[in-house]
Amino acid sequence: MATESGSHRAGVFDVRTVIALLMGVYGAVTTVMGIGFTSEAEIAKSAGVNINLWAGLGMLVFAALFVLWVKVRPLRVPEEPEQE
Amino acid sequence: MHVLAQADLRLDANAIDYLLLAFYFLLVLGIGYLARRQVSTSLDFFLSGRSLPAWVTGLAFIAANLGAIEVMGMSANGAQYGMPTAHYFWIGAVPAMLFLGVVMMPFYYGSKVRSVPEFMLRRFSKPAHLINGISFATAQILIAGINLFLLASVINLLLGWPTWVSVIIAAAIVLTYTALGGLSAAIYNEVLQFFVIVAALLPLTIVGLYKVGGWEGLADKVSGGPGGAEQLSTWPGNQLTGFGSNFLSVLGLVFGLGFVLSFGYWTTNFVEVQRAMASKSMSAARRTPIIGAFPKMFIPFIVIVPGMIAGVTVTELMGENKAALMQGGSAPSGATFNDALLLLIRDLLPNGMLGIAIAGLLASFMAGMAANLSSFNTVFTYDIWQTYLKKDRPDDYYLRVGRVVTAAATILAIGTAFIASTYSNLMDYLQQLFSFFNAPLFATFILGMFWKRMTPTAGWLGLVTGTAAAVTVFGLTEFGVWDLPGQGGAFVGAGAAFVVDIAVSVVATYATQPKPANQLVGLVYSLTPKDTRQHSTTGEDAGWYRRPALLAGIALAITIALNIIFF
Repeated sequence: MATESGSHRAGVFDVRTVIALLMGVYGAVTTVMGIGFTSEAEIAKSAGVNINLWAGLGMLVFAALFVLWVKVRPLRVPEEPEQE
Repeated sequence: MHVLAQADLRLDANAIDYLLLAFYFLLVLGIGYLARRQVSTSLDFFLSGRSLPAWVTGLAFIAANLGAIEVMGMSANGAQYGMPTAHYFWIGAVPAMLFLGVVMMPFYYGSKVRSVPEFMLRRFSKPAHLINGISFATAQILIAGINLFLLASVINLLLGWPTWVSVIIAAAIVLTYTALGGLSAAIYNEVLQFFVIVAALLPLTIVGLYKVGGWEGLADKVSGGPGGAEQLSTWPGNQLTGFGSNFLSVLGLVFGLGFVLSFGYWTTNFVEVQRAMASKSMSAARRTPIIGAFPKMFIPFIVIVPGMIAGVTVTELMGENKAALMQGGSAPSGATFNDALLLLIRDLLPNGMLGIAIAGLLASFMAGMAANLSSFNTVFTYDIWQTYLKKDRPDDYYLRVGRVVTAAATILAIGTAFIASTYSNLMDYLQQLFSFFNAPLFATFILGMFWKRMTPTAGWLGLVTGTAAAVTVFGLTEFGVWDLPGQGGAFVGAGAAFVVDIAVSVVATYATQPKPANQLVGLVYSLTPKDTRQHSTTGEDAGWYRRPALLAGIALAITIALNIIFF
């Protein structure tokens, strides 16, 4: 538990960090799949679109944007939830 | 027949797909474990200490609903009925979500109740509270059973594990993180699964549209299919409602689905409202459903459109199969509309994206069930156990009871999962449940909130007779006295429950004594001082883009535009 008074950074509990981690890993895996391990037959199955590659790149960009958001606007959690 | 469908539906998942799936569950359980170490008081366990910002609760609000119902049910409906399915979003969800944020939330957040039954207790009396608590808890267990059944059938169809093993494993995983982390962990999972499901469905939709030649190609194929061009426009939606007359169909959609069912669901369903209660200020609580409305209005495009694509491209569902299924028979291929999304995933996605799609589907069913469990837990522990059975125990006693209750609820849900498995169309089943449980509650709620004279006796009598009315309509349609195909039966049942509830409540009110006005402050609109309903507009709540009413106006304008575009 953080000891600063008033509030502390959410850190790993900032759900944006977790989303970025998940999407980053998913994006990286599917991008690599799209570059090296998606067969012609599979591309033909997906209407000629290398969807692993494009979706993977999309997820990587998305993850990068979330990392940026966390850096620019860190989430601060009050130490004690206000109660009446 | 079912055996054939199973053999066809086996997906070619490989090691990479399992790896992606495993990564998701490790992450969710890890968060659950870490969140548990921060859980200190029972308020924290149940309402996350009211510390979450509006965009998190807003996403959780919508993600709690993007479970089995939306993903499988709405894509099945899309394959069967086409664009009219969008009514479940643009008529059946967005207006009610905006109403919740603008009008109802100040009462919920301001009165600091922990549950909808608790609101009933303070506005009316113990009988209304107990009836509502029991009916809500029953509904949650039945709906949790649907989620569990769908989750298990996906595990069964995709990975080949037997259904009973799938049910038990699914139940064990859901139980682990709801019991360990409480609402915080459940909310984290909900938000995460929302992104995974979008990451899976958006590429699926894009590839599908490529395959059919864009929106134009899809429109041509749907028009040429068994449903005809009617499936491309949202109104009047006769196929969906089962009404022959256009006027009755529109009336059923606007009053039955749009008003009673949807307002009943979104404004009184504590699974949803609880998400908003976890936000950190009145302003954030009001913005929660409004922020949720924005993604909600675009979800049709990644849920219904893939369903429509499946209806015209998947061999097992197109042409004569679709025609046979629309007649209410069974398709020669043995597939059903419920399989639409899975069949499309099988046809279009390569290994890699396949793993993400499986993770997204499994996660969304889990999120739905976890949401049912956590609200069952809150209502049972506080509203039934604490109020009527074991009063005045220390805080940690109720926290322990909450954990035991969650485990018991999971076991009950395994039972109701087998009830759900007997229904061929889960969407019909679900809308029926809503007409029993949500429609009367909404009538009592809205009347009690705006009419200060309404008496405690009227409160519980209205609930009982309203539910009885909906059950009667269900009986009439079930035994063929009144023939209403589609989901029209549930819409009529909801309407009947609403009207009967209001009528009985008004009569009962004039026959009995009202509560003194000073006990109703903060609970009835006219007796609540205006400043306690106001939210702060300074600090983290400042700025025009954080004003609930303005955001709601923008959301409403976009929804109206969408209705016009797809008219």
